[in-house]
Amino acid sequence: MKEKLEQIKKEALEQIGNAGALDALNDVRVNFLGKKGALTAVLKSMKDVAPEDRPKVGQLVNEAREEIEKALESAKTKMEQIIREQKMKAEVIDVTLPAKKNSVGHRHPNTIALEEVERIFIGMGYEVVEGPEVEKDYYNFEALNIPADHPAKDEQDTFYVNGDILLRTQTSPVQARVMEQGKLPIRMIAPGRVFRADEVDATHSPSFHQIEGLVVDKNITFSDLKGTLAEFAKELFGEDTKVKFRPHHFPFTEPSAEVDVSCFKCKGAGCRFCKGSGWIEILGCGMVHPHVFEMCGIDPKEYTGFAFGIGLERISLLKYEIDDMRLLYENDIRFLKQF
Amino acid sequence: MNTALSWIKAYVPELSCTDQEYCDAMTLSGTKVEGYERKDKNLEKIVIGQITKIEKHPDADKLIICQVDIGSETIQIVTGAPNVKEGDKVPVVLDGGKVAGSAHSDGPLPEDGISIKAGKLRGVPSNGMMCSIEELGSNRDMYPEAPEYGIYIFPQDAEVGADAVEALSLHDTVFEYEITSNRVDCYSVLGIAREAAATFDKPFAAPVVEIKNETGNVNDFISVEVQDKDLCTRYCGRVVTNIKIAPSPEWMQRRLAASGIRPINNLVDITNYVMEEYGQPMHAYDLDTIAGHKIIVRRAKDGDEFQTLDGQIRKLDSEVLMICDAEKEIGIAGIMGGENSKITDDVKTVLFEAATFNGANIRKSAKRIGLRTEASGKFEKGLDPRNAKEAIDRACQLIEELGCGEVIRGMADEGAPLAPLREIPFEPERINKLLGTDVPAEDMLKIFEKLELVYKKDENVLVIPSFRQDLAGFADIAEEVARFFGYDKIPTTLPSGEATTGKLPFKLRIEQKARDIAEYCGFSQGMTYSFESPKVFDKLLLPQDDMHRQTVTIANPLGEDFSVMRTTSLNGILTSLATNYNRRNKDVRLYELGNIYLPHQVPVTELPDERMQFTLGMYGEGDFFTMKGVIEEFFTSIGMTKPAQYDPNAGKPFLHPGRQALIRYENQAVGFLGELHPQVADNYNIGTRVYVAVLDMPEVVKFATFDRKYTGIAKYPAVTRDISMVVPKNILVGQIEAMIAQRGGKILESYKLFDIYEGEQIKEGFKSVAYSISFRAKDRTLEEGDVSSAMKKILNGLESMGIELRQ
Repeated sequence: MKEKLEQIKKEALEQIGNAGALDALNDVRVNFLGKKGALTAVLKSMKDVAPEDRPKVGQLVNEAREEIEKALESAKTKMEQIIREQKMKAEVIDVTLPAKKNSVGHRHPNTIALEEVERIFIGMGYEVVEGPEVEKDYYNFEALNIPADHPAKDEQDTFYVNGDILLRTQTSPVQARVMEQGKLPIRMIAPGRVFRADEVDATHSPSFHQIEGLVVDKNITFSDLKGTLAEFAKELFGEDTKVKFRPHHFPFTEPSAEVDVSCFKCKGAGCRFCKGSGWIEILGCGMVHPHVFEMCGIDPKEYTGFAFGIGLERISLLKYEIDDMRLLYENDIRFLKQF
Repeated sequence: MNTALSWIKAYVPELSCTDQEYCDAMTLSGTKVEGYERKDKNLEKIVIGQITKIEKHPDADKLIICQVDIGSETIQIVTGAPNVKEGDKVPVVLDGGKVAGSAHSDGPLPEDGISIKAGKLRGVPSNGMMCSIEELGSNRDMYPEAPEYGIYIFPQDAEVGADAVEALSLHDTVFEYEITSNRVDCYSVLGIAREAAATFDKPFAAPVVEIKNETGNVNDFISVEVQDKDLCTRYCGRVVTNIKIAPSPEWMQRRLAASGIRPINNLVDITNYVMEEYGQPMHAYDLDTIAGHKIIVRRAKDGDEFQTLDGQIRKLDSEVLMICDAEKEIGIAGIMGGENSKITDDVKTVLFEAATFNGANIRKSAKRIGLRTEASGKFEKGLDPRNAKEAIDRACQLIEELGCGEVIRGMADEGAPLAPLREIPFEPERINKLLGTDVPAEDMLKIFEKLELVYKKDENVLVIPSFRQDLAGFADIAEEVARFFGYDKIPTTLPSGEATTGKLPFKLRIEQKARDIAEYCGFSQGMTYSFESPKVFDKLLLPQDDMHRQTVTIANPLGEDFSVMRTTSLNGILTSLATNYNRRNKDVRLYELGNIYLPHQVPVTELPDERMQFTLGMYGEGDFFTMKGVIEEFFTSIGMTKPAQYDPNAGKPFLHPGRQALIRYENQAVGFLGELHPQVADNYNIGTRVYVAVLDMPEVVKFATFDRKYTGIAKYPAVTRDISMVVPKNILVGQIEAMIAQRGGKILESYKLFDIYEGEQIKEGFKSVAYSISFRAKDRTLEEGDVSSAMKKILNGLESMGIELRQ
């Protein structure tokens, strides 16, 4: 019996070794381990074995079966591996063929710049607020310390609807509207469209965007204004950006300043981009004029504050090196796709 | 404002710095330098030479050979210049030197100048070049004594061998300043010099005004009456007799020339010189043309006409201030004199006028009349009445010094009483608190002293000089400290105090989502103008009585094309699509987020309703349902998960009548979408189908939410039934879906259209529609009975609509 089992085992292993395909392996399994297989036949013939020998024989049969199964399994794994290798070999692709893209749309460069600015100021605890684009003369001028006869009113080339209503020339009226509500302290930015009667050309547009900033609290100082805008410039233009404050005049802030940043192209060495100066003007700012506080019902002896105004187009034109403002409003897809 | 540095240095004698240092320091203290130009740029090795001998060139008719004494030696120069003779003193560029420009070109000066080398002209050695004023980088406007063609000739007293550039005062730099509107005093050389003195901490030396010989009495020559003192704050008049018109001296001509003012004669030059120096425009009248030797300052009458000295007839009104004599109007105050009192070279006696006017009135008058002059530009800033007297005295001093005439004693002085000098409390602690600095009070007082602010210790106030009209209160004083302490020295800190939460309001978060979804769906963001042409409404086929034609209209637009605030956002997106179509860009998808402006009433009396519109437009790949998909993706992304309804009766004249829908959410109209009417596409020159959608964001935002709740993942299986129907054509699938939704009951999970067909096998007037309907219960496996009873209700409902069920 033992010899017979050895013989079966030997035959099985030999056949496994010769099997060239998965089908052949399966045949081996059926021929030896199947219901009518050779090994099964041995088990079936147990009744002819002396009862005392049966456990022994049973054990031998099981050992043979295990050995065959193991051999089958390893042969199968090996064979599957070969088949997979072959399949993959046949599946080689040219990875340099063009990509299949989802045609995702593109954000306007102004919006990209605005979202940058918003992100920076929201991080510093500022709330984003909005105000009307068609605005009252009072908020656009008078509440900002620009009385009826002030020359600044002419300088801004205002579009009027009638004597009292105009298209806002700046986002600054939002300052007055927020302060008037009297909820202090204030930390806000107000982005939005503004309008001035400039003919369209490469550097002018009758409609453009500003971002107004306002902070009002007890103990706000000019040094806070400097620190805040220095942080902003570093975030927007890079860690090594330097900031220069130059005295300037705005009716609604005093002291006032214009802010230059070190040219981010030449790092201040002077290039065509910064007209050789190494500096680029980016915004105007100052300490809220006591008069403006008074008109909004805030006591300038108790509260101080600073305000700033950024030209959004100025930022996007600079940052993305766009050389003609008209491109921003033409919406040629070949332009928009570059952002 | 352009001024030569040498003129500034005349009042700040100790000022010594490079051009760049001056530029930087002045800009940092608040007098912004826009740029500067060295007058001696590219002028190298140029001396004064004297021509000792002239011979004809043997081989050229138009050339001559000159022997020129340059002090150290005599050199030979060949020239073609027609105007030189023996004995003339001329500028000579030596071998290896440079000139700034060419005598033969009117174009811009070459950046690196023109190098001069010794050489031969037609075989004769030439060791330098004699030059014209143009080659020296200037022109005859600035140097009127220069000949029209040819070499510049120095006066006979010029020193041979000396620096010719120096002799022409060209070793100088002209600075251009940007003066802010509040600093009227800095529209003058003295004002800038005062700032320079304070900036560099050097003494400021104002001109000493002194008239040595005055005769007679001004009152015997002129009387002045100011009738409208609200508009004329001061009128100063002085008289000069025995006028001798002649060229002004070189130093005056040079300074004026550097400021961009062409020298004319002593009288004109003096008024211009004083205007530059003091910032006070002056006018000179021929006293003999002034009737009754009387000046009356009064308003014009409506409808008056007046001929200004440029010969133009100007229409006046009762808000225009006039200078008149006893009989007639002789000048528009602060703007321009009259033809009738124009000064001629025969003038004997001159009346000088230095007045100050209401700035706003001058500005508005100049605008109405349409005549903005150098003078009105200064007057409209509101000039200092005290400065007027100083300026007119200075003019009289110059008249005397230049031998231009004899000054009559006294000044006619009329107008409103001078306001007392302003006093502002000195609050050093508050200043430091505002600036975030620690500047000692003494240091602040030193700054004020440099600025001529007088500190009255016992009252603790600062007395503001009258020329500093911009200093009105505490903050202005703080700025003076900041400017001269140095903006750059103020520390940088961050605001302390109560922390605040940075946030984007809900409305803006929804807009951000709109951008995200539009872009995921292939739409790029456009931006268009808020104002447009009223012709847009015709282009969009809006009927005459359409409410969108009620607009907020701009009173002073850039033109009709930009004259009304948009009441629909379509024109912007369609114009942008048209631009792309015209440029042959394929498959264009654009969106815009921008306001429309709906007036509450016309004419407008209150602020309009500004409504944010989410507008999408596309042509090329995609159709109506592509657009519909974007809308639904957006709704889902902002938590609007109920099905939106689409009503084909949107009534939009600009859309294809069979391909448009009003979008409703919970029965509220929130927007529309559709295919553009082919006529409108034609109007925009777009030769293909265009699809648009507009969502009215204020309505959308009401339904939007970012709240999300997890509802579990179904544990029990779904049961699906397919139905196939023959449906009358006029029934919309939306109606079928509404019926399924209404009748399906609690266990209805979803339904999905999987086939729609019209054609041969289907009878005329009908379509075949097939739906797959899924049922599921959350808490159990559905039984056959549940599903069949729900299906029965649905089928009954569908049959009641005239729908046949196909077996």
